[in-house]
This record gives sequence, structure tokens and C-alpha cells, in this order.
Amino acid sequence: MTEHLAALQVVIPLLCAPICMLVRYRDWSWSVALFGSWSCLAISWLLLQQVMTSGVISYHMGNWVPPIGIEYRIDEINAFVLLIVSAIGAIVTPYARESVRAEFGVNRVYMFYTSYMLCLCGLLGVTITGDAFNLFVFLEISSLSSYVLIAMGKDRRALKAAYQYLILGTIGATFIVIGIGLLYAETGTLNMADLANKLSKNPINKTIGTAFGFLFVGISLKLALFPLHLWLPNAYTFAPSVVSAFLAATATKVAVYVLLRFLFTIFDIKISFGVLPLESVLLALSIVAMFVASVVAIFQPNIKRMLAYSSVAQIGYVILGISFININGLAAGIIHLFNHALIKGGMFLAVGCLFYKIASVNIDKLAGIGRRMPLTMAAFVVGGLGLIGVPLTAGFISKWYLIIGALDRGLWWAAVLILLSSLLAVIYIWRVVEVAYLKPSPDGNNHIEDAPPSMLIPTWVLIGSSIYFGINTDLTVGVAKQAARQLLGGG
Amino acid sequence: MSLFGLYNYWIVVFLMMAGFYVVVAHENLIKKIVGLNVFQASVFILYITVGKVQGGTAPIIGENFTIYSNPLPHVLILTAIVVGVATTALGLALVIRIKEAYGTIEDDEIAALEEEP
Amino acid sequence: MTGSTAIAFAIGLPIFGVILILLNDRYPNIRDTVTLTISGCLALIVFGMVPEVTSGGRPTLTFLEIIPGLPIAFKVEPLGMLFAMVASGLWVVTTFYSIGYMRSHHEVKQTRFYACFAIAISSAMGICFAGNMLTLFIFYEILTISTYPLVIHSETKEAVKAGRTYLGLLIGTSVAFLLLAIVWTWFLTGTLDFTPGGILKEKADGPILGILLFLYMYGIGKAALMPIHRWLPAAMVAPTPVSALLHAVAVVKAGVFTVLKVIVYIFGTDTLAGIGQDDWLMYIAAFTVIVASCVALTKDNLKARLAYSTVSQLSYIILGAALANSLGIIGGGMHIAMHAFGKITLFFCAGAILVASHKTEISEMKGLGRIMPLTFTAFFIGSLSVIGLPPLGGSWSKWYLMLSASEAGLVFFMLIFMLSSLLNIAYLMPVVARGFFSAPEKPEHHDTNKPVGFWNGLNIGKIHEAPPFCLFAMAITSGGCILLFFYADKIYKMLAPVAGIQG
Repeated sequence: MTEHLAALQVVIPLLCAPICMLVRYRDWSWSVALFGSWSCLAISWLLLQQVMTSGVISYHMGNWVPPIGIEYRIDEINAFVLLIVSAIGAIVTPYARESVRAEFGVNRVYMFYTSYMLCLCGLLGVTITGDAFNLFVFLEISSLSSYVLIAMGKDRRALKAAYQYLILGTIGATFIVIGIGLLYAETGTLNMADLANKLSKNPINKTIGTAFGFLFVGISLKLALFPLHLWLPNAYTFAPSVVSAFLAATATKVAVYVLLRFLFTIFDIKISFGVLPLESVLLALSIVAMFVASVVAIFQPNIKRMLAYSSVAQIGYVILGISFININGLAAGIIHLFNHALIKGGMFLAVGCLFYKIASVNIDKLAGIGRRMPLTMAAFVVGGLGLIGVPLTAGFISKWYLIIGALDRGLWWAAVLILLSSLLAVIYIWRVVEVAYLKPSPDGNNHIEDAPPSMLIPTWVLIGSSIYFGINTDLTVGVAKQAARQLLGGG
Repeated sequence: MSLFGLYNYWIVVFLMMAGFYVVVAHENLIKKIVGLNVFQASVFILYITVGKVQGGTAPIIGENFTIYSNPLPHVLILTAIVVGVATTALGLALVIRIKEAYGTIEDDEIAALEEEP
Repeated sequence: MTGSTAIAFAIGLPIFGVILILLNDRYPNIRDTVTLTISGCLALIVFGMVPEVTSGGRPTLTFLEIIPGLPIAFKVEPLGMLFAMVASGLWVVTTFYSIGYMRSHHEVKQTRFYACFAIAISSAMGICFAGNMLTLFIFYEILTISTYPLVIHSETKEAVKAGRTYLGLLIGTSVAFLLLAIVWTWFLTGTLDFTPGGILKEKADGPILGILLFLYMYGIGKAALMPIHRWLPAAMVAPTPVSALLHAVAVVKAGVFTVLKVIVYIFGTDTLAGIGQDDWLMYIAAFTVIVASCVALTKDNLKARLAYSTVSQLSYIILGAALANSLGIIGGGMHIAMHAFGKITLFFCAGAILVASHKTEISEMKGLGRIMPLTFTAFFIGSLSVIGLPPLGGSWSKWYLMLSASEAGLVFFMLIFMLSSLLNIAYLMPVVARGFFSAPEKPEHHDTNKPVGFWNGLNIGKIHEAPPFCLFAMAITSGGCILLFFYADKIYKMLAPVAGIQG
């Protein structure tokens, strides 16, 4: 059984999806999804333990030996990302029960769980696979199902957002296929380890350069690297609450993982950062993202859109860490990947609670909500403090390593910019806090009516763990440093 | 000779650019999807061209043939076609829903409708 | 109780108090008793640690490591001990005052007020006892956030605006400059522990130390060095007990305390004096001392005048630290205590005047001293201490600061201290003089329509004083000003090891 864990990680959600469809009745399909997401979490935890104790796991799909067969290859970094994705999935599912019931027509609930399971399967598959083309297939599974999930939003603009995401997402995915195709033409293999091996022996030529260019643009589109982020704000704003939380916490994170994999494992650092001045490109784009997206976030009247722009800015931090190409910077990127997933996931869940009660996410409508929904707003504020990077929250740890990475590289001005941009987060978070706590509610209604516990508990689990990982950093920092060392080839 | 030898690749580049242009430039949501399809088709051709071996036949083992085309790109592209079909289907379904919700499938008209409320 | 458990209790007890306070939201009497009891216990615990620390003990307490090699750690040393004594002792007094003030002023949301107050004190204790710069930074930020609800207590537009200034400047400077300085220090030295003699010695050359000094000094926004002092006058919209304890003692002193800590234990006075990168700091501090005093002269609102006076007095301490010799450190450390007693008395008086006569502007206070003689006497004593006249505590700290300037051979700064004392007289004495010697404008105005009762004030004949709880608090702090004059040598002996003087 344990040797097949790697396959089960993907197969379980894949099987749960049609079962959700077949049982139809909403609570049953919810139970199936609950089972699927929790067993994924258990498996990814076991896999991480296995990787930490006994090194890289290589699983041969259907016993076909790589490089011909498809290999699932798990090392520190993707074991960690698997854990992030499945943990978010496991926490979001219990929350989904009430939220989905409130936001969907009764008859469409099972469709949500079907797409949700497919999306989870796709994201886990992208992360776990060691085969470049297989990665594309899983990427498309997750993308297609997330278009469906976004289109389920109540507002008609959700349809438009899903369509926009579909067009841009498909262009991105096609770019990735072109890149993979060119790599195949050059090396004759699709297995990542084999690709890395062959590419390091071949001299760098135009085909490899072109492949790299296509892959970089395609992945950047998927991870919403500024200025390729245009699909993201609308998609997160109009998607159902659960979907916003789930995608914000997982989809872009998985895309960042793919970028790391291509930059550091498949292409050598020499190719990635030698052929093009990619280092400066990433540095510049991420800093612009941090500032522009944060400033835009300040002026958003819609709280979900505000968080979406904040996500674009936070992805900037992750990419900035990667652009330092040293242990601390890379570790900071990976740590922030995890921390931001917790923080932003928790904040979107909190916003979902607000939407559940007052059916609006406009900041104007939140007057006095701090008194009416104290626990929900408290979660939002604590999450916000994490975004700002206040000590004792997870965000602080990310920033700490990010600054060390910048200083390590001699870029003290980048360190200054990191800190200045986090001040912008103070502004957009405090804008909400002031409205929620200091403005009287319009109808003078002040009695407490918080969201149901089945929604509050998952919200607080995420927010609480963002505090926990701000205090106890053994897991995050330990794994991230090991992963960073491995990516940089230091063993 | 070399220009003619790279004939397929020129086609690929042309289709790719044409498809991409349609996606970006057209306001009509259906036409965008058509453009997307052309764009994807160019990639299919790219893969299949890569799999071609000079003088090779279809990759079926037979006594008279020793040189075969590479079968792997074909298999890959079958998968990619399936993905492409699914994408198109979903895209068209979305367009139908957009038509129901907005009463139009022109991007600029939808943008104008969104401005109003 | 051993030193380590005492540290845990000093930080944990106020938090425990918060829970009790929140639970007794509906029972004001129980809630206020809880606050009073907790503050009393805290003071006992803190004062119980004094013998161990003065005899050379350094209790420590270490929690889990946040970042490998960098735990949350506490270590009590004399400077922190002194600050903890001042803050916890004055918390008891302020609690008495708050009960009188809040009830008489019929303030709303008193539970939130007391709860946030207790969190602020807990974080002040964390700052006092912090064993490394990271721990100090964490509690520094908690202090900022926990005092925000106190600043915006009234929730008026004006208060919200002031709250923005408050939070913006304090969080802004601490995140943008202080955090960078801390990470940079960690990057250079691999440690953030407060070590006698400093940790930056020989780890970086002059210009980098200069930049770090700049980042630290402007990162510690709570020290209110110009031009980042704006938050302090803004914070005056808070209820008077907050202005008194937090914005004359706990918060601002946490700022200058951090400055002292950084200069003594991170840079090391010898290192700092050796490289000559701190001249600008002395001039900026001197500039702040004089300019803030001049601004205070122009303010008619009593609390605003006191706020600018605080800005000016804080820079005394920064100047003392920047002089980077042992007398400067002792003078600066002593001034934390001396100024605390003087200024809290003045704020208590300002609040008492507001409660009893609803006056905030100095120009309206003509003849008020005859109606509120006790309050104005306390104000007089507090003023003299802030000015630095014997036999009041404030005279000693100024004495040492001036000695320090002369030891450093910088006569210019001696002159600054003298000029500033003159300015102190100019902005504080008119309040007293006007109160006692000017004729009241409408003498009968105060005699009518005064609600009578224990909580609303003391009325005897023509006298309308503040509530007894407030008077009691003022009596203690003004008495403290006098007592400190006679006990200054104890503080000197306590701080001597910090400044590198033996015995």
C-alpha cells in the first residue's frame, strides 16, 4: 500500500469526482469530497515524512520504467507543495458545506464538488509528476475545472471573468506545450530528470533558448506575474467565496512551483539566468508588482478585488525571493508560498463569512460589521496583520528571510523596497478595519450574528496556523531551506 | 531547399500568429475561440512535424520497413487535441451563458453594460 | 519566586487580567477592582525582582526559537528594571486615577479601555525585560497596536484621523527602518542578544554603522525625534489617563529606552564614541529639544502643550545616549524615571481640570487655581520637577546630563540644556501663575449646575475639585517627584553597571 501512495495522491480525488457526480444528493457528494480531500492530506503528510527521512521517491506509473514511462518524482520541494495544496483542500471542504449551500442553487451543489475534486486532482498532479507533458495535462485539468468553478459565481460578471481566464489560461498552457515540444525536439525525452541531464550536456542553442522563453511566459501567465496578471482580479472577485479562497491559496502557488522546477531543476541555473538577463527581469517585475498591485489594492471598493490585487503583490514577494538565487532568498520564496497560502486563504474564507451574512463584499457595506461579526472580522484583521508582516505572524518570517536574502545579495535597496511596500499593506488593511469597527452600522443593528461554526472553524484554523507558523518555524524554515539547497544543486 | 524543407515550420508560425491575432484583436467572443483553436492547431502541427522521420512510414511494425516515424508526438498530440476540444466546449458553453446573461457576445458591448450599474 | 518565573508573571499577569476584565464587562465595580488588584500584584512582582538585579543577578527566560538561533528571550538588567519599576508602579497610580476619571467623565466602552490598557502594560513589561532585539521589536509592535484602540477611544472623526497618524508613523517607521536595521544587524553579526559592550564592534566599518544608527534612531518612532514626532501630539485625543501613563510614560519611554538599549548593548558606547558617526544625532536631538519647547510655547491647549514638552524632554534622553559616555547613559536612564513622575503629574492635573471644570485651553484657566487648589499645587510641583529645580527629582537627571556634556567637552550642549530649562519655565509657569493670580472671568460660573457625588468631584464651599480617586493619584505622583530627589543615588548605583562604572 505505502509504495502506491504517490499514485493514490492523484487517483483518489480523480475517482471522487465522478462519484460526486453520481450520488448527486448534495450532502452525500459533500461527504465524498470531504473523504477525498482528507485522504489527500493524510497521503501528502505521509509522503513528506517519507521524503524527509529516506530521500527522493520515484514512482513508476504502471510499472513503465522512465524515461519512457511516466514517473512521479517527489523531493522536498514538491512534497511541501503537495502538503500545502492538500491541507488547504482539506480545510476548505468543511467550510464549503454551508457556503456552497447558500451561494448555489440546490441542484447545482454536486457539480461544484465534482469540479472541485477535479481541480484538486489537477493541482496535485502538476505538483507530483516528473514528466513534462504529464504536467501539461494536469495543468489543463486544474485549469478547466477552475474555469468552471469561477463561472459558478452568482454575479453574471463571473461568466465574463471565467471566459477571460479561459482565453488567457489556454494561451499560457499552449505556450507551455510549445516549450515542452521544442525541448522534446532537442532532447528526445519528456522525463524531467532525463531532460535536466541531457540539457546540461548539450551546448545551449536557439531551440533551447526559444523553448525556455515560451515556457517562462506561459508559466508566468499561470502564476499571474505582473503584468500578466490581468485575469486574476476578476476571477477572484466574482468566483464563489469558497473558490476564491481555494484558488488564491493553491493555484498560483502550484504555478510558482512549476516555475521553480523549470528554472532550477530542468534548466540549469546557467541556462536560466545565463542566456537572458532573467535575474534582472524577475527582480524588476516583482518589485513593480509589489508596488503597483498594492497601490491599486488601496483604491478598490470591493474587498475581494482588494485581496486579489494584494495577491498579485504577494506573488511579487515570492518571485523577488527567487530572483536572488541564493539559499535565503529562495527559502524566503518557498516560505512565503506556504505562509501566503495560509494567510490569503484564511482571509478569503473570512470574506466568505461576511458574504454569507450580508450578501455583499463592498467595503461601504461593512460599516459596523466588526461589532456584528466579531470572530469573522477578528480573523480578517489577524490575517491582515500577517500580510503586513507584523512579528509573531507567518508573514514576518517570510519578510525576515526575504530581507536577509536581499542583503546577502548586496541589494540593500531591495530590502528597503520590500519594507516600504509592506507599508502599503497597512493602508489597504486599515481602510477595511476603520470601516468595520469605527463606522456605526447603517441600521443601528449591533447584535451579534456571526457566521455558523462550520465556516468559522476552518477560517480560524487557517488564520490560527498562520500565527502558529509565525512562532514555530521548524517545519517551514527547515523544509524550505532544504528544498532551496536542493534546487541550487548544493545537495 | 532549406526554405522549402522548413515549410511546415513556416506554416506553424503563420497559424500561430494568425490565431493569436484573432484572439487579441476580435471583440466577438466566438471568434476569439476560433482564433484560440487556430492557435492550438499550429502547436499540433509543430509536434507532428517534429515526429516526422525522413523516409519513415507509419509506426506499425512490418517486415518491409525499418524506418518509422516517431509515434510519441502523435500520442501526445492526441491528448492535446482532447484537451483542446474540452477547452473549446467549455468556452462555447460559457459564451452561451454570457449571451443569456448579457444579451450580447461582443466584448465591448458587455464592457459598456458593466459600466452602467 | 525566582527571577525567571517573575518575568513570566510580569508579562502574563496583565494578560490574565485582560481575560478577567473582559469577563466582567457587565459589572464595572468588579472589573475595576480586578484592574486595581492586577496592577498591584504586578508592581509587587516587579519590585520583588529589584534586590536580585541590584546585587548583580541577571534572571533570564527563554522561549522557543522563532528563527533558528534567534529565540524569544528575556533577560533583566538594571536599565530595564528601572523602566519596569516606573511603568508598573505608575500603572497602579494611574488605575486609581482612571477609575475616578472615567466614571466622572461618563466615558463609554470602559471595558475595552481597561483591557487594552492591560495589554499595553504587558507589552511594556516585555520591552523592559527583552533579552534580544527581536523580542524587543515584537513587544514594541504589540504596544503600538494595543494602544491604537485607546487613541481612537472616542471614535470621532478627529480621533480616527489622529489614529491614522499614530499608527502610520509608528508602524511605518518601525517596519521600514527599525526592522531593516535589526535584520541588517543580524546579517552582520549573527546575533541580536543585548551584550554589554555592544555586538557591532569590529563587525562593520564607520559608514555602515552610521547608516545603521540612522535606521535605528528613526526606526524607533516612539522616541519622537523630530520630524517623526507628529504622532505624539495626535495621540492626545485619547482619554487623559492614556495620555498620562502611555504617552508620557510607557509608550514614549519604551521608545527612549529602546534607544538607550540599542546604543549601550547593540552599538556599545565605546564603539559609537570611537567612530564619530553620531554627531548628527546630537544636533538633531538638540534641535528637537529647543524647537519642541518653542512649539509648546505657542499651544493654548494644555494637553498639546504638555505633549510638545514631552517631545522635547525625550530628546534629552536621546542626547544623553548620543553623548555616549557613562554619565550620559546614567543621566538618560535617570531622566526616564524623573520625567515620568513629573509629566504624569502634569497630565493628571490636565485631566482633573477637564473633569472638574470642563476646560482644555490655558487661556480659560484664569483663577482656576483658587477653585482647584490641590490640582494646581500638584501641577506646580510637577512643573518644577520637569524644569529641574531642587528639591525635586528632575534636577538630578539634568545635572548628570549636563555633566556628561561637559565631560565630552561639548559646551554647546550644556548651553542647550540650560536654554531648554528656561523655555520649560516659560511654558509651564504661566499655567500656574494664571491659575493662582489672575482674576476669574466669570467667578460664579463654576458654582452652579455641578453634579454632586463621590464619583463626580469634591465640593467644599467654593472649592470644586476633581474626584477623590484622581486627587489621590496626583498626590502620590507629586509626592514621588519630591521623594526621588532624595533617592537619586539609589538609581545612580543601580545604573552604574550599565554605564560601565564599577560600584
